Amino acid sequence: MRPILLQGHERSLTQIKYNADGDLIFSCSKDHRINVWYSHNGERLGTYDGHNGTIWTVDVDSESRFLISGSADNMMKLWEVKTGKCLYTWEFPTAIKRVAFSEDDNYIACITEQRMGYQGAIRIFQINRKGDGKDQSKEPNFMFHPIESKATVLAFSATSDQLVTGHESGKLTLYNTKTGEEVVSNKRAHREVVTDIQMSPDRSYFITSSKDKSAKLYDTKTLDELKSYTTETPLNSAAIAPGRPYILLGGGQEAMNVTTTSARQGKFETRFWHKIFEEEVGRVKGHFGPINTIAVHPAGTSYASGGEDGFIRVHHFDESYFRARPYGDMEPEEE
Amino acid sequence: MPWNDKAGKSKGFAFIEFNTAEEADRARHTMDKHPFDAKHRFSVNTLTEIDSYIDMDEKFVEPEPEEFKTKEHLRAWLADPQGRDQYVTYRADDVTVYWHGKPAQTEIAEERQNWTDLYVQWSPQGTLFATMHRQGVKLWGGPSFQLIQRFAHPLIKRVDFSPDERYLVTFERISIPENAPQGPQYLGKENEGDYVAVWDVKTGHLKRTFPRSFPVGEDEATSKNPMWPPLKWSHDGKYVARITPGQQISVYSLPDFGLVDKKSIKIEGVVDFEWCPLGDKDYDEDAKDAKGKGPKKARESMLAYWTPEIGNQPARASLMSFPSRVQLRSKNLFNVSDCKIFFHNQGDFLCVKVDRHTKTKKPASCNLEVFRLREKDIPVEVLEPKDTVIDFAWEPKGERFVIISTNDPNYGTGVVGVQIKTDVSFYQLDRARNDFRLLKTLGARTTNVIKWSPKGRHVVLASMGSGSKSDLEFWDVDFNVDDFSRKDPAAPVAERKEEWGAGMQMMTSVDHYGVTDVEWDPSGRYVATSVSVWRHSVENGYAIWDFRGQEQQRHLVDRFKQFAWRPRPRTLLTKEQQKTIRKNLKEYSRQFEEEDAAQESNVSAELIQARKRAINEWNAWRARVKSETPAKKKTAKKLEEEKEEAVELIDELIDETVEILD
Repeated sequence: MRPILLQGHERSLTQIKYNADGDLIFSCSKDHRINVWYSHNGERLGTYDGHNGTIWTVDVDSESRFLISGSADNMMKLWEVKTGKCLYTWEFPTAIKRVAFSEDDNYIACITEQRMGYQGAIRIFQINRKGDGKDQSKEPNFMFHPIESKATVLAFSATSDQLVTGHESGKLTLYNTKTGEEVVSNKRAHREVVTDIQMSPDRSYFITSSKDKSAKLYDTKTLDELKSYTTETPLNSAAIAPGRPYILLGGGQEAMNVTTTSARQGKFETRFWHKIFEEEVGRVKGHFGPINTIAVHPAGTSYASGGEDGFIRVHHFDESYFRARPYGDMEPEEE
Repeated sequence: MPWNDKAGKSKGFAFIEFNTAEEADRARHTMDKHPFDAKHRFSVNTLTEIDSYIDMDEKFVEPEPEEFKTKEHLRAWLADPQGRDQYVTYRADDVTVYWHGKPAQTEIAEERQNWTDLYVQWSPQGTLFATMHRQGVKLWGGPSFQLIQRFAHPLIKRVDFSPDERYLVTFERISIPENAPQGPQYLGKENEGDYVAVWDVKTGHLKRTFPRSFPVGEDEATSKNPMWPPLKWSHDGKYVARITPGQQISVYSLPDFGLVDKKSIKIEGVVDFEWCPLGDKDYDEDAKDAKGKGPKKARESMLAYWTPEIGNQPARASLMSFPSRVQLRSKNLFNVSDCKIFFHNQGDFLCVKVDRHTKTKKPASCNLEVFRLREKDIPVEVLEPKDTVIDFAWEPKGERFVIISTNDPNYGTGVVGVQIKTDVSFYQLDRARNDFRLLKTLGARTTNVIKWSPKGRHVVLASMGSGSKSDLEFWDVDFNVDDFSRKDPAAPVAERKEEWGAGMQMMTSVDHYGVTDVEWDPSGRYVATSVSVWRHSVENGYAIWDFRGQEQQRHLVDRFKQFAWRPRPRTLLTKEQQKTIRKNLKEYSRQFEEEDAAQESNVSAELIQARKRAINEWNAWRARVKSETPAKKKTAKKLEEEKEEAVELIDELIDETVEILD
């Protein structure tokens, strides 16, 4: 199907999220703006204005009531999805690189940058969901500093007392959120910085992407490597497609080198790999800059990719995508 | 000189004293085994050598018989049951030899690190494999690539073989350090200053060295690229020749490397020459002769050369037979700026491409002078394409040729990076009219390289050497003729009753970004294109296509340097045997198809097994995870609900679209 091109950002995309129902897409960008779109036709519903710096990250809770965002202006904001009003603002000494809601919507976690003499930190806040949401605690419930290498991405596991972080060195760590202890750590998960972590629907496994040109599937409990997908280009994002046994990878030549290479060579394509056979099954072209972020509809009916070129491309899968059985009757059991 | 008075003639020897040991050595080297005439040879020995014979123990000691070691068969690769070809790749420091066949039959034959310092090269018939090192050349061969021979030529840059693989030519300025090892397999003091060394491949001995030739008006200081090859071998293996541009061609007889008739062929102004290749017909004749069917007089070799305008003399392209030195045919040419000599690989035709200029020395037009070597008195036909011809290529074993021509004003200006617009024209010998006629011209291309399949019929037209365009076109020039009805590839086209030029068909046009080399495999089944880091460092690697242009494999390899198919020697089958094979092609192909099917199912069976295993492992792991977290049932349920919602949502979506359209 023809992709829908969402033109609403003036600078490169940093993160895209579908809400739990899959009818909305939230996107944030370096142009200081968060947009929300209807996923089925690409119409823009509205914006969330207030940040004054690159917005690195957004996340939305499962009820599509609260939206959380983190920005380079050192602020983390809680928004009301319906009205676009900012409910609460936290301010930190450094930029916020990644935010995430826990599975039960009661907690949010954020990573702050290591800069200007401040250590990189992971903070966990309990969200007061009662009332209008403006009454939030200023101080985090838990806070800890990752050792050795700074954290770049994180995601809650199936319970809110554990979360997984990806680090600059390529390390993965499972933390106890209450104590800040490392439950398990896998130092050799990747050879370079981990650029994305996305959980499977039941959060029992997750996918990571890295600048070392590979994406891998890990067991959330043990951080054991389940599958590995090696490409020839640095990866910025990886997503698991529900429903079908595929994963989606996005990346491309480093943004700083893009001007010196043609689009053909930059490999700015979304790659589809078979989740279990570790084989590439297809590619989707379109972006003319590296792909920074990929998100898949929670029901697996469409996906959106955001690029360095400032565009979001929403692809609804064709009927044939669901029908096709490229490997015959060899299909994993429904999850 | 000691004199035998009784016999009235000399005793047949003399003692000569030299001032220095070097002089003596030199005299010995140049004069030893000098042929006075057919029966008499002059031998020169040093006194120390004679002394050693005097003191020799007269008693015969039987030498220990050396234990016989079976050597590996040097042509074992030809006996591959699947008829696969080999190729070598050189990347970073790794040299790898592969077997190339159908996907399942592709495997590594040999793999070594730091096998070579410079590059690698196959011998012309593929028997030997040469690697280049600081100290010289090593030759390898046999199924396990054992060391066959080594040749010491320090700092060697380039290497060449004689077509029959008996001799090796190494090229680099020879300088001999003090106390260098001496012996028949080493370069000596007397070779110092020469460039070209010829070695016997079997014994490893040095045969002779030659100085380097320079184009007229250049010398060692100004000349950059050596004239290559430095020695040209006649195809019957009897002679080797080198040119002294502007003066002469010197022909040496093999295997003694003596100047034939003790004099060179003096040709004033000569610029370039080529030996005429032998065709299948010639080989067949030779085979008949060997069987003793009537003694025939020895066939003479033929060479073609050209001379530019000198004084009032016109430029001239000439054919000479050798060793009789009879000029067979000569053609006067006018306003010549350059000539190129192209022999047909069967020795049927010769084309001299003549670049002409106007009176004011501006490049103007181009003539193709086609000599028909097999016909009486060697008729010459002149073709005059309108534009400048950049490249020319005969169809091997055919009667066609392709030229690339251009009228682009940018041509020849030397501006880097400008894509020159070219036309590609096919010509064919029309038997009915007895001349070469244009088959077809493909206009507005950027093609600059022609690569015919070694079996003829198929040709690849490539655009190389520019950053923006790198397409490969696969053409079949006999598209309407299938292999089964094809009686004889050499049969004249006129007999086939088809429209002139109708059989030309482009099969595919593909793209290999930045391609720097295109090479057909020796069987004409596959084409390899490669991107070498020696030219540029973008997307290095190689790809292999079949003759229709279907991609077989493609590899992106960092720091990829070289790709080379292993050549094959001439077939040992006689013409009749080849004919029978062609007649029974259908049967063979059925057999091959069966093999293919068997192999394919074999491979996919393995793959299916592996995939089944992967699926089962995954399902088991999922089941375990689910059983360990029973609380997560809720999530699963929730997910399902989500799915239902999603379906509803799609319905809504469709409704909406309808509204908008209305």
